[in-house]
Amino acid sequence: MPRLLPYLLLLPATAFLCLFFLFPFVQVAHDSVMRNGVYTLENFSRMAGHWKFSTAFWNTMLLTAVVVPIQLAMALTMASIVTKLQRGRSTILYIFAIPLGISDLAAGLIWLSVFEQSGFLNSLLVGLGVVDQPILLLGYQNTWIIFIAIVLAEVWRATAIMMVILVAGMGLIPKEYGEAADVFGASRWQKFRRVTLPMLRPSLQTALILRVILAFEVFAVVVALGGTQLPVLMSETYHWQFQMQERGVAAAFAMVILAVSVAFTILILRLLHVPKGARV
Amino acid sequence: MKTLTKWRMTAMAATVSALAGPVVAEPLFWSTQAKPIEESQKMRDDVLASFPGGVDYQPSDEGPWLTRMQAELQAGSGTIAVLGGLHGDLSSLGADLVDLSGIDAAAVGPAMMELGALGTDEQKYIPWMQATYLMVANRKALEFLPEGADINALSYDQLIDWARATAEATGGPKFGFPAGPQGLKHRFFQGFLLPAYTGSTVTEFRSDAAVTAWETFRDLWQYTNPAATNYGFMQEQLVTEEVWIAFDHVARIADAFNQRPDDFVAFPAPAGPKGRAFMPVVAGIAVPRTAPDMEQSMALVAHMMKPETQIATLRATNFFPVIATELPDDMPASVKASGPAIAAMTGAPDALPALLPMGLGDKGGQFNQVYNDTFERIILAGQDIPTVLDEQAEVLRALMVEANAPCWAPDAASDGPCPVN
Amino acid sequence: MSAPSVRRAGNRVFVAGVALLILWVLLPIWLLFVNALSAPAEVTGFPKRFIPSFDLASLSFFFGFSGVIDALWNSVRVAAVTMVLSIGVGAPAGYALSRFDFPGKELFRFLVVMTRAFPLPLLALPLAVMFIRTGLDDTILGLALVHTTLALPFAVLITYSLFSGIPLELEEAAWTLGCNRVQAFIKVILPLAAPGIAASAVFAFVISWNEVFAAAVLTVENRTLTAFLLQSLDVSPLPLKFAGGAALVLPALFFIFAVRKYLFAMWGIANR
Repeated sequence: MPRLLPYLLLLPATAFLCLFFLFPFVQVAHDSVMRNGVYTLENFSRMAGHWKFSTAFWNTMLLTAVVVPIQLAMALTMASIVTKLQRGRSTILYIFAIPLGISDLAAGLIWLSVFEQSGFLNSLLVGLGVVDQPILLLGYQNTWIIFIAIVLAEVWRATAIMMVILVAGMGLIPKEYGEAADVFGASRWQKFRRVTLPMLRPSLQTALILRVILAFEVFAVVVALGGTQLPVLMSETYHWQFQMQERGVAAAFAMVILAVSVAFTILILRLLHVPKGARV
Repeated sequence: MKTLTKWRMTAMAATVSALAGPVVAEPLFWSTQAKPIEESQKMRDDVLASFPGGVDYQPSDEGPWLTRMQAELQAGSGTIAVLGGLHGDLSSLGADLVDLSGIDAAAVGPAMMELGALGTDEQKYIPWMQATYLMVANRKALEFLPEGADINALSYDQLIDWARATAEATGGPKFGFPAGPQGLKHRFFQGFLLPAYTGSTVTEFRSDAAVTAWETFRDLWQYTNPAATNYGFMQEQLVTEEVWIAFDHVARIADAFNQRPDDFVAFPAPAGPKGRAFMPVVAGIAVPRTAPDMEQSMALVAHMMKPETQIATLRATNFFPVIATELPDDMPASVKASGPAIAAMTGAPDALPALLPMGLGDKGGQFNQVYNDTFERIILAGQDIPTVLDEQAEVLRALMVEANAPCWAPDAASDGPCPVN
Repeated sequence: MSAPSVRRAGNRVFVAGVALLILWVLLPIWLLFVNALSAPAEVTGFPKRFIPSFDLASLSFFFGFSGVIDALWNSVRVAAVTMVLSIGVGAPAGYALSRFDFPGKELFRFLVVMTRAFPLPLLALPLAVMFIRTGLDDTILGLALVHTTLALPFAVLITYSLFSGIPLELEEAAWTLGCNRVQAFIKVILPLAAPGIAASAVFAFVISWNEVFAAAVLTVENRTLTAFLLQSLDVSPLPLKFAGGAALVLPALFFIFAVRKYLFAMWGIANR
């Protein structure tokens, strides 16, 4: 019985995912290697041959590479603050968690109202007399401003996901470890580096994997702020599925997103390996 | 195992019917049009309430709209009674649409009915409502209109002069063009710019005249607000005054007139050497082969063709009737502004109608992509015009051959796929 | 500089940092509500004011809109079922992953992660076909099943990392004191894991609440608020966009507020 217990516990989730993920997934994956009834890699070659493919691919990578480290640092900071607080802890945790409740579409709307030409940022700049006339921020010549705006919006929107996971994890680190470090005269930074971070590994791993995977599927915020000027993998997937009505090519894009996600998941699992014996 | 599944399905079906309550056979009207929340409310209250038994009007984005329809077709049974969509939305579903030639639509013009045949001998959809694209200007821009220019008979060169003068006077580009992901820019290239210069949409795609057309647009682009790559509905930027002169679909400028009727004027699209080209837009209604109750679906389609329904639709959506009918006087400001401008455009001595793509089937999106890619490469990426046109022409030719689509107006009729010279 | 003054300076930096982070999170929300609570002319005007004029026209449009209440109720029901399902199915898996070593463990974690690495809009078509064939189409349960698929990876991985952080010795101690495995789990582990479970619940709720594509495809009569509002937002006039955005955000904020204390539940025990 004890041998079977883990499988028994996994059974509901496995059955569930097989039915509602694996089954439809296999059909879409099949679409990606099928064209006019024959097995072929033509969908992939059409995808790779399209002039926007490499831009979309590298935009996605670059966004992830910039956004996720910032989010990790901020989430760690926020989680440490919340853990350290004596008073007002749950209020501040709540405030930090607010962006969780905001859909990516709504977040795109909010940040567009900040950055558009008649938006809040320009109102502020004109009001302070920094500029005489509202300046154009999201123009197609200044892709880097669009990029920064998207980074800000994504950092704002999705840091809370990591923060909540890390807060829950930090709560489980026994106080004795910190106290022991104090006895040896460790500074705050040393305590954080040598005690908190190693103990936080399981939560860090979870938070990073989930965040990175979702970052590869970034879409609504990019479209709201970047228009057609910053193609990402997900927006191209949509485009091929619904505008071009080439389900095979869209499926090929989705397979690329999947492959990249799998690769990075393996990388994170390796880098933040949680040894079994390392339990508290 | 098998009995268990069966039992489960029965239980599920029982639960479902219990949750749904008594069966009300309201036909489901699944539409990509009248999506803004106020418009869909008017569709339900003013347009469809008079249909006996009521109608369940559900608007969707194109993605979910298409996905649900495809799912019902694949599953072989459905709840969608009637589909509403633009010509382009419906043309990809051609094979799965029921022949509607039994419905009396004699009041609709034959050219429009032919569009609805989607290149087959069946009536795949019935034209439901129509619109086109117009120019709009903030009245503040009128003082910069070039000397001697008639706003109702502008040329592209005059438009550029006007946009330049406005930009110089205000210190920033004030022309607006919907080049964002939701924007309908491809229709401008297909139905306005290229035909005005080449008299063609497809055949003369890479002619010298087409090079001139793109050079003209590149000039205009200098005075176009660079945020245009985010613009979808020009009414927004007109109202916020980010732009003073704009081009867009009549339904997408309506809100500017309805909010501030006295501040804006609508006027026809400009003319090029070959004429004042413009593209009519047609939305249609169709019945999928999986409709649960064919008779009811047909009755609903017929209901949509009644003059009073057509006028109510105009009020709700800013799309005009497809049948000839007298409009009452109490129309919204947007209709009052765009009606005369459309009349001036279609009735102009140099008017050159360019039809929507025909016979492309599910290749319509890729056809649009050819024009959008050309725009992005020439205008945004600054690539050499003849080179880009040569390359894109190859894509276009391959597409026409693959779809085996003959030419449509203004291109001269062709045997076999429409040639690209 | 003496040690206390360094500490005081450090505290000041700390307080300033916290204030800055709070401002960073709240300012955009504030701007959303400024736009939602202002008159249409102000929303489209320039320069923008940073204080709303409390014009409720746009917002009341939504709440007076027919079908909004039904859609709200549908959203709540779908989110509730999603929460129950994703924790009920996900937490046992998370526990198994943390407590046992068995062949296929890594593979399972992969499968779970993979489900979030694939774009849902593409899966919607085969799912919809399946649902139409089985009669799950256009039901609360059907949509909740899809949303659970989205929330499950969060539930499994979060509970996994939480259970991993709970010392096995605690459980073993309970066993020696005469508890069986189930009792030990309920009496000892569950209270400690409450924050993780609360976090999973928050994720499940929020994911379900904000999911629009599957909701738009899989519900017709029983549309959720998101499918009902959000689809039409990007084509609606600007003031309505913001009012609709605010109307969608509010319930989610109330929900997070309601469960916030569970995120810290049993803190003392864990830190003892």
